Amino acid sequence: MAGAVRRTSTAGNRWTPYLFILPAFLVYGAVVLYPLARSVHLSLFDWDGLTLATFVGADNYVAILGDDRLIAAFGHAFVFIFFYAVLPVSIGLVMATLLTRSRVRGLSVFRTIIFLPQVIAMVVVAVAWRQVYAPDGVLNTALRTVGLDSLTRAWLGDYAFSLPAVGIIGTWVSTGLVTVLLMAGMARIPVEQFESARLDGAGPIREFFSIIVPAVRAETTVALTLTVVASLKTFDLIYVTTGGGPGSSTTVPSYEVYRRAFELGQVGSAAAVGVTLTVIIFLISLVINRASDRATS
Amino acid sequence: MSRTHRTARRTAGVVSAAVLALVLAGCTPGSGAAPQASLDPNRTIETDVAAMGELTLTVWDQEVRGGQDEQMTRLNAAFEAAYPNITIDRVSQSFDDLGTTLRLALSGDDAPDVVQANNARNSMGAFVEAGQLLPLDAWADEYGWTDRFPESILGYSSYSQDGATFGSGSLYGLPQVGEIVGVYYSKQKLADLGIAVPADWAGFEAALATASSAGTTPLLLGNIEKWPAGHVFGPVQGALVPSDEIAELGFGNAGATWNTPANLAAATTLQGWQQDGYFNEGVNGTDYDAAWQSLTTGDGAFLMAGSWLAPDLQDAMGDDVGFFVPPAVAGEGAQTTGGTGLPFTVTASTPNMDLAAAYIDFITNDDAMAILAETGNLPVVNTQDYAPASGVLRDIYSAFGAVTQDGVLLPYLDYATPTMGDTLGEGLQGLLAAQSTPQEFLDAMEADYAAFTTAG
Repeated sequence: MAGAVRRTSTAGNRWTPYLFILPAFLVYGAVVLYPLARSVHLSLFDWDGLTLATFVGADNYVAILGDDRLIAAFGHAFVFIFFYAVLPVSIGLVMATLLTRSRVRGLSVFRTIIFLPQVIAMVVVAVAWRQVYAPDGVLNTALRTVGLDSLTRAWLGDYAFSLPAVGIIGTWVSTGLVTVLLMAGMARIPVEQFESARLDGAGPIREFFSIIVPAVRAETTVALTLTVVASLKTFDLIYVTTGGGPGSSTTVPSYEVYRRAFELGQVGSAAAVGVTLTVIIFLISLVINRASDRATS
Repeated sequence: MSRTHRTARRTAGVVSAAVLALVLAGCTPGSGAAPQASLDPNRTIETDVAAMGELTLTVWDQEVRGGQDEQMTRLNAAFEAAYPNITIDRVSQSFDDLGTTLRLALSGDDAPDVVQANNARNSMGAFVEAGQLLPLDAWADEYGWTDRFPESILGYSSYSQDGATFGSGSLYGLPQVGEIVGVYYSKQKLADLGIAVPADWAGFEAALATASSAGTTPLLLGNIEKWPAGHVFGPVQGALVPSDEIAELGFGNAGATWNTPANLAAATTLQGWQQDGYFNEGVNGTDYDAAWQSLTTGDGAFLMAGSWLAPDLQDAMGDDVGFFVPPAVAGEGAQTTGGTGLPFTVTASTPNMDLAAAYIDFITNDDAMAILAETGNLPVVNTQDYAPASGVLRDIYSAFGAVTQDGVLLPYLDYATPTMGDTLGEGLQGLLAAQSTPQEFLDAMEADYAAFTTAG
């Protein structure tokens, strides 16, 4: 009889699970799916945000390909992948190894310090780094103190150095997150593996490449996905530090979206840039995850 | 098939279905916008606010800083005291916030009655073109605004009704305050250097050279924000280029060109100042605020900037700070960049247009100007009458009065086209970093200007 009750209850409520996710789905639909669809819709129009729009089909997307400034903006975003993702993961692997393998005292203190940049609001980070990079800021003062006066410059106002200067801020912010993620992964490696490696005569460097790096592949994938996405959609850092300058040498796609939509009144074009950026981020995340899937299987 | 792949396909499906639904629903962006305003030419204007009955007037302003907020609060209270039947619903937000929200607010159903709109083409111009602001010519006649305000000031809030021409046409709003770009200096510093306050442009350039050879940074500039260099280039251009040409270029009206020997001379002068080491190190990487603060600490001789810095500089330097605008020829009126505060405009969808106009009249009349002066603002009308007895504000009041009456107030160059702010800012950064030649700078400016004026 118990069985019969269970059968009727499951059969009668095939939609019950969907009912449970409905509230969450409604919210998700309202704040993610609808705006996304609306952006795609807007990107097909020439619209100033005020008057009646004209349908232009894919023209906004075609225009992106012919816009040197935008192509350069995407180029800057790809440079940021190095500073936001590649560099932090490299540094993070080494740092996490040092912190987990050498039994340091006060580990939680170090972990907190390393993770701290991730906790601070990006605007605060940007304002602080503006001070560091200012012509009479900390960096230049330090360089002068050690006699490297010839290297001092207005870092954020220099056509050659502003992009890497902003990138380094990204590295500083991302490294903490990556390190903490990787440390979690490394804590799960059985001690026996290291012991047997030692018996086979492996040194710390061999240990690093043969045991640690493969063992944290899943964490590395997560870290790369998060940081690559962050590098491609970076906006606040650029907005506060350089405003895309000097000239347009540090502008990025998301800053162009803002500029077009709110300053220039080119809403359709802004939406097209935003959609393109979304697709690129989506594809890159897909590639990272597929590459990782293949490597694990 | 991996999970991410499946999710990708599903998400793509949902998004394309939603887009399809929107397209099929036929909701073209902007189709809900307010209809073009059409005013009955025979309607009589009501100026007696007391007879209008119980009404609420919604006003959006950006008068949020100290003295600005104080004058607005006092004027609103005075208006409500004079007309107890009126309630003012004031919505106040920062300049940047107002700029980004106004576009949406004006196209909505519940638009405010009076809004402060930036003069520039990408705000006021766009709103005029979209028919969202009311031409105020009828009220200007009724209240005598054309007698109250100098013509050059009214030009800053005038557009043709299709939004194509800026600087003339119908009047769309009135400003309360003026702005002027000139040169700040430290009196003590100039005395130490043995420099008298320059009486003309040649004297100013000579003073820069004297300061430079004495080992003092002649000019302070923080240009990381891109726009501050425009306030250096503006007066330079004003000294070297005929004012009517600059006005056409600045308002973005057809008929002028950037490619003139005079403009080339202006760009060359600015780059020359940089190459002669007249500016502080690394201008493109220096904060605007850090630069003017350097004047207060005696790290430079001159600072070319707008009148809005006067209260802060006076707080920091007291009587040591002075302000002047060098005319091209000593004794003549100067030509320099300047303008007005954001004009108060009336939205096309307001049901209370007479009340809105009466309110704008009230906050820009003589009594209002006196209150503006008392609260440390620069009244746009009869400025010299309100000049304080001493201090840098006295210099600024008289400079503004002199320039609007004897000289020419030149529009901010970024008014010209929706994209000109970027073109100018990035062009000047390139010029100051010697990334581009003066001619390349002019070419970029001309390309932006020509593309806009020929398309319109």
